[in-house]
Amino acid sequence: MKLHELTIHEACGLLKKRDISSQELTRAVLDRIESVEKKVEAYITIDAETAVKQAELTDKEISKGNILPLSGIPLSVKDLICTKGLRTTCASRILDNFTPQYDAFVIKKLKKAGAVIVGKTNMDEFAMGSSTENSAVKITRNPWDLTCIPGGSSGGSAAAVAADMCLGSLGSDTGGSIRQPASHCGVVGMKPTYGRVSRFGLIAFASSLDQIGPLAKDVLDCAMLMNVIAGYDPADSTSVPEAVPDYTSFSNKGLSGTTIGIPKEYNETKGLDPEVSGAIKNAVKVVEALGAKCIEITLPHTKYAVAVYYVIAPSEASSNLARYDGVKYGFRDKEKNSLIDMYRSTRTKGFGAEVQRRIILGTYSLSAGYYDAYYKKASQVRTLIMEDFKNVFKSCDLILSPVAPTPAFKIGDKVDDPLTMYLSDIFTISANLAGIPGISVPCGFSSAGLPIGLQLMGRHFEEKKMLTAAYNFEQATDFHKKKPEI
Amino acid sequence: MKITKDEVVYTADLARLDLDENSINRLAEQIGDILEYVDTLNSVDTKGITPTSHAVFLSNAFREDEVKESIGADKALANAPEKEGGNFIVPKVINA
Repeated sequence: MKLHELTIHEACGLLKKRDISSQELTRAVLDRIESVEKKVEAYITIDAETAVKQAELTDKEISKGNILPLSGIPLSVKDLICTKGLRTTCASRILDNFTPQYDAFVIKKLKKAGAVIVGKTNMDEFAMGSSTENSAVKITRNPWDLTCIPGGSSGGSAAAVAADMCLGSLGSDTGGSIRQPASHCGVVGMKPTYGRVSRFGLIAFASSLDQIGPLAKDVLDCAMLMNVIAGYDPADSTSVPEAVPDYTSFSNKGLSGTTIGIPKEYNETKGLDPEVSGAIKNAVKVVEALGAKCIEITLPHTKYAVAVYYVIAPSEASSNLARYDGVKYGFRDKEKNSLIDMYRSTRTKGFGAEVQRRIILGTYSLSAGYYDAYYKKASQVRTLIMEDFKNVFKSCDLILSPVAPTPAFKIGDKVDDPLTMYLSDIFTISANLAGIPGISVPCGFSSAGLPIGLQLMGRHFEEKKMLTAAYNFEQATDFHKKKPEI
Repeated sequence: MKITKDEVVYTADLARLDLDENSINRLAEQIGDILEYVDTLNSVDTKGITPTSHAVFLSNAFREDEVKESIGADKALANAPEKEGGNFIVPKVINA
């Protein structure tokens, strides 16, 4: 048995029985990172020393019988979630030397649950991208094919989970940034309902869309991580005081009584790869065989989601990223002698091309004379997209769709064409606009051997229903058991 | 073109970014393409539709106005590129 290949629930069982120690498990994961990191490039920072110390402490606690939900489990965290005393860069030159003075809410929760944090994963700079190629630090590679992108923006987390370089990870999802890389790397990734997981300590990109969520080797692991990170936090004014159920207690008795809607618009999407479409059709057969009733639904405004997103997200980003001015933290260009010149030079040298593009796009959409035409118009169409979902959820419990229109593409293929890159989020973006939860589960492989993901979306705060369907689907298939050869 | 080079320069100035000639040309083209795509929204009738800025219904999150522990000046200044005597140091703003 290779310890780094364990799932969280398997490792928890073995730790509890003391068949393995947290130190053995942590060392196995650190050794695995050491042996494949040069190929995959998933991590920005590896914190072996703290991880080993934490594992030692955990073993002492376990020997005293103090076993917590994630005792001794080695996890990674996307490098935009603040970790006290551990460098957090957002994969940006402007935060290259930033060391948070406090833990994000979710980090506090992970530590309290006994988890061991092994490092911080690579991402598109400030989470802006769909391929992790916008990182100022390095390019992460897809463990299934090292010439392909891992997806993004949580590409480092997805690749690390797929390559067994951690047992699970936390990412963030603003337009698909957890689900799309999970799909491309053949792992499970979930965006919870907006407000379900506190954003306190998450470095902001687009505040009305950002949500932290797990990336995991299977659905049960994903639910175990949700049990730890979900919950109300008074420090996040958009956190919702809704009770947290036990996400892991789902039934495995099939899906009879569940109605699943299949949007007819998604089949008509230009650029939908036939192999993706085929894998989704198979998935529909699987859920039907499990007893679910599948019906055709219509989300007439879904075709506007990408356009709405690329007004709203850059607008919010242009405002959120105004704080990087070389004064309070991060990089400063010290050559400049006037305040305004210092601001300009710091920001120009500190931000990469995609971040600058979105700041300018957002500033333009919000500027005098254009606000009504762009920001207000997009926010109105956002209302119509939300109403579409409200309407269809009267007749179905869940929505089934692809996660991404194609399997992972080649590194470098789309870097010069931002609009084509943006369209790779076409199936995931509406969930963020409407605030609903979505999950990606492995549902097939392309002829080139690249993973394909299935997306399920649910009503606000109905993650458990979504996880139950995902779990039943997963148990009826074996796509999640395949591992890449690196 | 949807956005002129002058508009790109003006907007970059508002966002405190310096662009060279190459970036201006590239951004005018790329942002132009994106705005043209965004224009598909004009075909949607939004008369009387309330804009959404927040996807989950929440009323204001009020709390009591109580003094609580905060991280303190030392930690708040810990990442500052330049600091002195409990302050952030910036280039001189007023010429005496």
